[in-house]
Amino acid sequence: MKRAPTFMDRKDLLALATVAVILLIVFPALLDGFRLNLVGKYLTYAFVAVGLVLCWGYGGILSLGQGVFFALGGYGMAMYLKLEASSVENTKIQSTPGIPDFMDWNQITELPLFWQPFHSFPLTLILIVLAPALFAFVIGSAMFKRRVSGVYFAIITQALAAIATILIIGQQGYTGGVNGITDLRTLHGWDIRTDQAKFILYFVNAALLLGVVVAAMFVRDSKLGRILVAMRDKEDRVRFSGYSVANFQIFVFCLAGVFAAIGGAMFTLQVGFMSPSLVGIVPSIEMVIFTAVGGRLSILGAIYGTLAVNFAKTSLSESFPELWLLGLGGLFIAVVAVFPNGLAGLWRDYAQPFIDKALKLRSVDPADPGAEVAKQAAAAAE
Amino acid sequence: MASQDDRPQSELRRRLLMGMAAAPLAGFLPKAAFAQTPPTSAVNTTGLAVTDTEVTVGILHSVTGTMAISETGSVQAEKLAIEQINASGGVLGRKIKFIQEDGASDWPTFAEKAKKLLVNDKCAAVMGCWTSASRKAVLPVFEQYNGMLYYPTFYEGLEQSKNVIYTGQEATQQIIAGLDWVVKEKGAKTFYLLGSDYIWPRTSNKIARKHIENFLKGTKVVGEEYFPLGHTQFNSVINKIKLTKPDVIYAIIVGGSNVAFYKQLKAAGIDMSKQTLVTISVTEDEIDGIGGDNIAGAYACMKYFQSLDNPNNKEFVAAFKKMWGDKTVIGDVTQAAYLGPWLWKLTVEKAGSFDVDKVAAASAGIEFNKAPEGYVKIHDNHHLWSKTRVGLAQKDGQFKVVYESPDLIEPNPFPKGYQ
Amino acid sequence: MFGEYSLGDLGSIFAMQGFAGLILFSVYLLMALGLAIIFGQMGVINMAHGEFMILGAYVTWLTAEFFTSHLPALFSIYFFVAMALAFCAAGALGMLVEWALIRRLYKRPLDTLLATWGLSLILQQVYRSVFGPREVGVTLPDWMMGSLPITDVIEVQINGLFVMGLTVIITIAVFLMIFHSRFGQQIRAVVQNRQMAGAVGIDTEKVDRLTFGLGCGIAGVAGSAFTMIGSTGPTAGQLYIVDTFLIVVFGGAASLFGTIASAFTISQTQSTLEFFLSGSMAKVITLLTVVAILMLRPQGLFTLKVRR
Repeated sequence: MKRAPTFMDRKDLLALATVAVILLIVFPALLDGFRLNLVGKYLTYAFVAVGLVLCWGYGGILSLGQGVFFALGGYGMAMYLKLEASSVENTKIQSTPGIPDFMDWNQITELPLFWQPFHSFPLTLILIVLAPALFAFVIGSAMFKRRVSGVYFAIITQALAAIATILIIGQQGYTGGVNGITDLRTLHGWDIRTDQAKFILYFVNAALLLGVVVAAMFVRDSKLGRILVAMRDKEDRVRFSGYSVANFQIFVFCLAGVFAAIGGAMFTLQVGFMSPSLVGIVPSIEMVIFTAVGGRLSILGAIYGTLAVNFAKTSLSESFPELWLLGLGGLFIAVVAVFPNGLAGLWRDYAQPFIDKALKLRSVDPADPGAEVAKQAAAAAE
Repeated sequence: MASQDDRPQSELRRRLLMGMAAAPLAGFLPKAAFAQTPPTSAVNTTGLAVTDTEVTVGILHSVTGTMAISETGSVQAEKLAIEQINASGGVLGRKIKFIQEDGASDWPTFAEKAKKLLVNDKCAAVMGCWTSASRKAVLPVFEQYNGMLYYPTFYEGLEQSKNVIYTGQEATQQIIAGLDWVVKEKGAKTFYLLGSDYIWPRTSNKIARKHIENFLKGTKVVGEEYFPLGHTQFNSVINKIKLTKPDVIYAIIVGGSNVAFYKQLKAAGIDMSKQTLVTISVTEDEIDGIGGDNIAGAYACMKYFQSLDNPNNKEFVAAFKKMWGDKTVIGDVTQAAYLGPWLWKLTVEKAGSFDVDKVAAASAGIEFNKAPEGYVKIHDNHHLWSKTRVGLAQKDGQFKVVYESPDLIEPNPFPKGYQ
Repeated sequence: MFGEYSLGDLGSIFAMQGFAGLILFSVYLLMALGLAIIFGQMGVINMAHGEFMILGAYVTWLTAEFFTSHLPALFSIYFFVAMALAFCAAGALGMLVEWALIRRLYKRPLDTLLATWGLSLILQQVYRSVFGPREVGVTLPDWMMGSLPITDVIEVQINGLFVMGLTVIITIAVFLMIFHSRFGQQIRAVVQNRQMAGAVGIDTEKVDRLTFGLGCGIAGVAGSAFTMIGSTGPTAGQLYIVDTFLIVVFGGAASLFGTIASAFTISQTQSTLEFFLSGSMAKVITLLTVVAILMLRPQGLFTLKVRR
């Protein structure tokens, strides 16, 4: 580290502005409604990836259970929307009108207690943030206080993702089971299924993501961020210097959880349903790969990584479904063995020096990643 | 298709069709399109992907992921049906072109691809989905963008949509006739219900339980149990079965778990000639993986078996094997998937239009005589009238049909008294 | 729920249930042994462990097909040949993977996790392309099917006995190898202090490669044995991953005794719960208990002091 980072230096601002221009102007201008909605869906995963950059890249805590947090946000929003869609008029053919249809199919005659808060929109929003934070706090304090780290933490969070899936699928009367919570219609009376609504939601989503990115940059560049890096590299020395390592770990894990939950809530709004297939082990690990592809130390790289992998997935699986798994598998291996710093690393090592030379700029601290590389990758994938 | 040869003809045809009826064009047209080719503008008023020579439909199944095992047969059947329809002249004189998308066993992906097929590709119809979850995920998409889905799997019911034709059986069709048969034929009094833990087995067992407890006389359920998808250890429940000694084991276990379940059942010495096992989730496809030895003696209850003895089916099985190889087997869902393109063709021809609204409206009452399962007919509720059969699993992986319901059974997705 | 049964019946059922628990224990132990060696001794997280098992299963299937068509007379013993081949195939692939990939990543355990996950995706797709997406049914020789009646109610499943026997043999073999052979001594030396082991002339790279190959080979044998009780398909390996890792971690990663103890505890808990509850709930409660205990005692049941 050449010098202490300052929050939002010129480089950061420039990179952030580039992302903002791409998300808010270039994509909406170039893509049709269908593709834009897809990008919106991918961007919800980027919330998780940004969280993982802090948690894994800076904090050294690899969570393979981020799907659980994504689910907490997604299901929270879905429960609110479902209750709104299950008004007494809409559900009068049921034996108990006014409760979600899947409850009726499972002989549940009364709305369970834990669904009650989701009648209220403000309460829903609060819970979307609070529930994952609380859950992460409980898990984090149980584990970090006992110095569980690295591999063990990864495996235990993975088990949590597995348990969450079995629970959600098994308790179908309360959760919608394997089908998830589907057929969501309106948000506070506003129909979220129309193209216009999707267009607006895209911008809300992109703006929230940029907000999350700024928050993440703030954490990274604060003293906290430096302690995180120190902890990752030499945990004991930080502990001996008098810092409570566990508290910092808990904080960053909670923060990543909250980011993921916001992504989950936006996912529900844009896709129109929430399903346990986003909770389990496979999606949780895929979210890690988004981060790794972007560059695990690069906050904006997480966005590019998410977009690049998902564009590749969509286009490859449209033309060569058989090749997609091979490609994804190869990507996992490549990102570990060949370019561990991801797109951001490639940018820093190859593109940045070239551009710097071309523009005859003085070499500044190599700060942030890869707008061009990722853009090209995304464009190539398109 | 040789499009460069086609062009002058279709140009000419379009011009001619503007002015006069399509009758005197035999000399110019490819033979297959001879029958009648109404102008595109008349049969497609909503901008679907229909040209003078082609109509595009979508195929949307999982080619990768855990569900690929089950969905492969459906894809094969749909492609066969499309090829046969094209060979016999297409639909309203147009060849069917299909675009295949991979749902990747992931429900949001299904929704995404469904939207692509409808919005970007403008498919006139989509054959697809397998699990309930994937259907639930795409249903709002089909309703919003007004598409037509032909859904092949037997499923739990509790659904009905203008935009979906359910070519498989809903739960009551599949279950009730089978239970009546086993009580009458085997004198069964006690039942043990098993299932994988998700909506179809749970709903089906609920219907079975209601029927056993409320509609049959002197019969009862002695146990009911569910296992996570992919579960492979069944020794504990097998012990419980040994303890409660039910007359009938009613099993709705799916996927990889099936293999483990039947192997362990056989290893534990449960003799299927003494204790009746009835399943509604094992087709010839699943037996391939389970092994005929392990399941021989079990009864399956559904509408189609590969061994059905009728001319339609013989022709279908021969064509299927010719296209996909001698070793392939055909299960209930595969047959139902085969019905999709045919029913759509018949409906379009009855409606005289590809427009989804007209197709949806014309669907009720469509009859298909050439179905491998025999005659089928679309009910007002967009499910099929169909017979239910009971098959006895043989060592070679085929079923011997031991019972066939005398009449077509009416589909009833919202059964009264079974909720 | 037991009111209506005689004491004799109940006794028999509990005996059967105990036996079911033992079978589950054998299955878990067999799954976990290979991983315990790789993860416990080498610190490598092999997420492709399930795929190595499935490789063994496919080898078994191929052997069965070969014997049916070419050597029908010897069909009754093909399973032993299949297990040997499964061990070799999975072991060889393991060594190849170690050489090509894993050895570059020993200092980054979390990265081995991602890389081997990628490997597992690739293997799944390869299986799908080669063997087709459907499950394959492995035919067993007749003597391995069915059960031995002991009383009218108690019946002992032959394939269960077979798996138990196999587990015992493999476990003993692994123990002898690790604790009473020169190779085992080298493995332990490398685990405890890599530099020092290298300094006294142990070829640590070779030891690493053989250890990884051994773990994968055992996974292959496990997969071969599981064709008797489970399914063989391109994605079947994924079913085992969570259980297997939890068993190894719960036991205390570096201790083989711990792995045995934890496989025993988890299998008995699950088997008993399954008898009194529904299958799904039993699984959730077992996993939750394990996770809860791990949070309280992260080092697992048994620990071995190692120099990091």
